[in-house]
Amino acid sequence: MKIDRRCFLSFVIGGAAGTTLSPLPWKLMDDSSIWTQMWPWTPVPEDGEISYVDSACSLCSGGCGITVRKIEERAVKIEGMKDHPVNDGGICPLGLSGLQLLYGPRRVKHPLKKVGDRGSGKWAKISWDSAIAEIVKILGKLRSNNQSHTVGLISGSDRGTVPSLFRRFLTVYGSPNLMRTPSLQDSYEIVLNLMHGGQALPGFDFENADFILSFGSGIIDGWGSPVRMIRANSIWRNTGAKVIQIDPRLSNTAAKSDKWFPINPGTEAALALGLSHVIIKEDLYHSDFVDNYSVGFGEWKSLLREDYPPEKVAKITGIDELTIVDLARKFARASKPIAICGRGRGNTPGSLNEFMAVHALNALVGNINKTGGVWVVADPDYIDWTEPKLDAKAVSGMQKERLDGAGSKTYPFTRYSLNRLPAVISSGETYPLQALFVSGANPLYTMSDTMAVREAFAKIPFIVSFSSYMNETSQLADFILPNHTCLERYEDIPTPFGFPRPVIGLSRPVVEPQFNTAHVGDVIIKMAKEMGGSIAGAFPWDNYEACLKETLGDRWDTLIKKGFWSDSRFKAPSWNGSFDTPSGKFEFANNTKGFLPQFKPVGIEGDETLYPLILIPYDLTRLANSFIGAPPFVIKTLEDTVIKANDVFIEINPETAKALRLREGQYALLSTPKGQARVKVHWFEGILPGVIAMPTGLGHLGNDEFLDGKGVNYNQLVGPVEDPGTGLDKAWGIRAKLAKA
Amino acid sequence: MGKEQKGPKTKRFGMVIDLDKCTGCGSCMVACMAENNVPFRKDESNKFLSLTWLRIYKLTNGKPFPDTDICYLPRPCMHCEGHGGHSPCVSVCPAVATDYSDETGIVSQIYTRCFGCRYCMASCPYHARYFNWWDPVWPDGMEKYLSPNVSPRMRGVVEKCSFCYHRYQLAKERIFIEGRSEVEEDEYQTSCAQACPARAITFGDLNNPKHAVYKKKKSPNGFRLLERLGTNPKIYYVSSREWVRRAGDNYLKGEGKLKESVQHG
Repeated sequence: MKIDRRCFLSFVIGGAAGTTLSPLPWKLMDDSSIWTQMWPWTPVPEDGEISYVDSACSLCSGGCGITVRKIEERAVKIEGMKDHPVNDGGICPLGLSGLQLLYGPRRVKHPLKKVGDRGSGKWAKISWDSAIAEIVKILGKLRSNNQSHTVGLISGSDRGTVPSLFRRFLTVYGSPNLMRTPSLQDSYEIVLNLMHGGQALPGFDFENADFILSFGSGIIDGWGSPVRMIRANSIWRNTGAKVIQIDPRLSNTAAKSDKWFPINPGTEAALALGLSHVIIKEDLYHSDFVDNYSVGFGEWKSLLREDYPPEKVAKITGIDELTIVDLARKFARASKPIAICGRGRGNTPGSLNEFMAVHALNALVGNINKTGGVWVVADPDYIDWTEPKLDAKAVSGMQKERLDGAGSKTYPFTRYSLNRLPAVISSGETYPLQALFVSGANPLYTMSDTMAVREAFAKIPFIVSFSSYMNETSQLADFILPNHTCLERYEDIPTPFGFPRPVIGLSRPVVEPQFNTAHVGDVIIKMAKEMGGSIAGAFPWDNYEACLKETLGDRWDTLIKKGFWSDSRFKAPSWNGSFDTPSGKFEFANNTKGFLPQFKPVGIEGDETLYPLILIPYDLTRLANSFIGAPPFVIKTLEDTVIKANDVFIEINPETAKALRLREGQYALLSTPKGQARVKVHWFEGILPGVIAMPTGLGHLGNDEFLDGKGVNYNQLVGPVEDPGTGLDKAWGIRAKLAKA
Repeated sequence: MGKEQKGPKTKRFGMVIDLDKCTGCGSCMVACMAENNVPFRKDESNKFLSLTWLRIYKLTNGKPFPDTDICYLPRPCMHCEGHGGHSPCVSVCPAVATDYSDETGIVSQIYTRCFGCRYCMASCPYHARYFNWWDPVWPDGMEKYLSPNVSPRMRGVVEKCSFCYHRYQLAKERIFIEGRSEVEEDEYQTSCAQACPARAITFGDLNNPKHAVYKKKKSPNGFRLLERLGTNPKIYYVSSREWVRRAGDNYLKGEGKLKESVQHG
C-alpha cells in the first residue's frame, strides 16, 4: 500500500483522536499517579512503648546531661537533661543530632584492617580477637627490641577512666608519649601552675559574676561548656551583668555583648596590660589581695609603668586611649569582674604571656576563689588506682624524653604539645614513632597545617584508630577498632572545662550496640591481658564496666539514679594557704621560673608584601569543629552566606573588598603561605578592614556524603606558631591574599 | 473559623521569643527537625528548598564598621489568628488541608488532604510553609530514629510548624487517664522551647494569666512580625534594640519612627 500525504494525515489524526477518546491514556495516567504515591517511599515509623534513659553526651567536652526518648528498642530523640548542673535541660545542635551519628552512614561497623595502600579506602573485616592479637604482636615486638617508647597515643582528653586506662597501659608498657588534643586548657593549666601552683583547672563562677571581659573568647560560640555558657549569658541578661567583647570580628558573642571593641588581631595581651597599668596607676586594685597574698607585684608594676601606658597601648591595639582608661575603671569598679581569654572556642592554646596578662587582671581586682570569680578546681580524685608495678623495660621506656618535648628543659611546664609532633617526626632528630594509637581525636583534621601532618603521619609505620566513625585519621589507619558510640557505652564524663564545681556525668548504654563494635576500655584491658607479665598485672579488672564501678565506688549508685554526681559541699579554697607556689602566694611574676606577663607580638606566618591580608578563623555553634564532624541536621542550619552548594564564604569588609574589586558572592582564590583554596566572597560590615575570616569545621573528607567536600578546612591554610616558653601553638591567624578566580 | 477567640475555655497557644537572649545557636532548628521527622538532603544550602519549620534569620542593622550590629530571629509558623480565625493560609486552602483551631489557636496542616497547590505558601507572608519537592529519603538504617508521633510526609505536600501538636495530644491523653481537666503549662511545651539553651523561647497559652507568656507578651519591647498586615500572629518577639523592632515590621527607609505603643492582639 502506498502511503500518500492524505493517508498519512488521516492515520495520524485518526490515531490521535482514537487514543484520546479511548480510556487508555487516562487510565494509565491515573494509575501512574496512584501507584507512584502508593509505593512505600515514605517510612511508617513503628509505634510502641515510650521510655526515657538519662545519659551524658560526649560529642564535645561540654559534659551535658541528656535524656533520650525511646520507642521500644529505638532511640528517637535526644533532649537535654533537666536539673543537670551543667546544662539544666538545654542542649546544643550537635547533641540534638546525636542519633544521626548513632544510626548514620559514618559508623565503622566492624573492626577493619587496611588492605592495599594507605588511604586507598580498601578495608577487610577482621575479628576482634585476631585484630587484638595482631596489634599485641607488634607491640610485643617493639617492646622486646627496647622500643616501647616509640609507641604514642593521641587522646581527646586525659581525664576520666578511659584516658586513665590508656595512660596506665602506656606506663606499664613503657612509653611516655601520651598526647592530648591541644586547646586553651593547655595554656590555662600552665597559667594556674605558675601563678597559683599545682595541677588544676580554672573554674569560672560566671553565673554570679557581674562584669565579663572577654579577650576574643566565643562565650556563646562554643567556648568552655557551650550550653552552660549560653545559659550564663541569659542569666547576665536578667541580672544586668555587663559583657565586653574584644574581637577583630563581630562574632555572635560580640553582637550579644553590651559593648564590642574591635582590636588589631593578636594584640589582646597588650590591651590586658594597658588595663592593668591604669588600674594600678589609679589605685583601683584590690590592695588586700595584692599586698598580703601575692608576690612579684613590684617587678611587674614597674614593667607596666614603663611599657604599657594607654597612649602606647592604643597605638598597638587600635583601641583609643580614653576607651582603655574607661574600660579599666569599669572592670576594677565592678564587684565581681572576670577576665577570660582563649579565642573562639579555644581550640588553639595561645601565647602564655597573653593568658597570664589576662588572668593577672582577675588577681589584680582580687576576684580569685570568691563567689563570682575565678576558682581553682583540682583534678577529680576518684580515679585512685594502686600504683602499677613497672618492669625494667617499662622503667627504661618511661625515662625516655617525650617526643613532643613537653616537660623537657626547654618546655618545663608543658604537659602536652601535640602541635610539635609533625615537625619532630619529619625532622627525624629524636627517635621515630613506630606506632600510634588515636582515641577520641581526629588529628588529621583538627591539627593545623594538615598537609604537613599528613606527610608526618605517613611516616608512622603503624596507626590504630579507635574511632566509632570514619574520619580523616581513620582513613589513614592500619586498623580501625571501632568504639561503641556514647549512646551505647558506659563512661564517666569528668568536670567540663571552666565549670566551677567538680561534677561527674555518666554515659550509659541507651541502646544495644548497633554493630560489631567494642568498648575501647575493654580493648585496652584485653590488650594488656594478652601482653602478659607486669602489663597484665596492672589491669586486675575483668572488663571496663567492672573497672568503672569499682573506681566510682559509692558514687556509682548516685550516678545510676540521678545521671550525674556533683560535689555540693565544694567551696573555692580561701586565699590563706591555698596557693601551692614556692612563695605560698599568688605569683604575678617569678624570676627563677622566668615568667613576667608582658606583650610580645605574635608574628604570624607570611610576608606582608606578598600577603597583604590577615586570615582569621571563626567558630560557630552551628558547626562542629572538633574530632566529630557536623551531622546532616547541623549542616542544614548553616546560613547560605556560610556555605552555598560546596563553596565556603570568607567574610571581608566591603571597603577591603572594593579595593580588591571583589563583588559579593564572587569566586576568589585565597592563598596563604600554607595553601590555596577556592572560596566565595561575602561582604560583612562587622569585620576589621584588612582582615578576612573563615568558618571552622568544614572541608571534611572521608566522613560521609552529607559532610564531605563541603567548603574548606581552615586548618590546611594555617600552620602552628610555637610559643617559645611552652612549645604550644599560639597562631591566631595567618597572612593571606585574595585574587579573583 | 467564625467567632472571636475569647472566653476562659479558649486557648491561644503562642510564644514569646526574647531576641536579647537568643544567641542564634541553632538548637531550636535541630530540635524541631529531630522531633518532627523533618528530612534532609545532601545539599541544603538552597534555602527555598530546604525544609526548616523553624528557621533562624540573621538581621543586620546595615551600618558600616564598627557600628554594625546583628541579631538572630527564630521564625516558626506564626499561627496567625487574623480576625476570627482568618489566617492568610487557611483562607485560601481549597482542600481544607489547613485549618484554624478555635480550641487551641493552632493552625493545622493535614498532609493526607493536601494536594500540593501551594496557594498557602503564596499567601503566607512569613515563608513559614515548605513544599516537599521530593519524597524523603533517609540513609540506610537512619529511619530507626523516626518518631511514630509525627508521620513522615510524602512528595507533593506542604508542611510547616505544628507547635508540636502531637505533644498536646499526648498531654491530653495523660490528663484524661489521670482524671484531670487541664493540661499544665510544663506538660505541653514545644521541642524548640524545651531545647533552647538560652531559654529565649517561652511557650504557653496567651489567654491564661498563669502562663509565663501572658505577662511576657506585654513587654514594652515586644513586637510581632509584619503586624500591620493584620495577620494577628501568636509569636511575640522582645528586643531592647530599636532597629530590631523596626526590622520586625519591615519599615521602609524614611518611614516614621516606631510608634511608642505596640498594639497587641
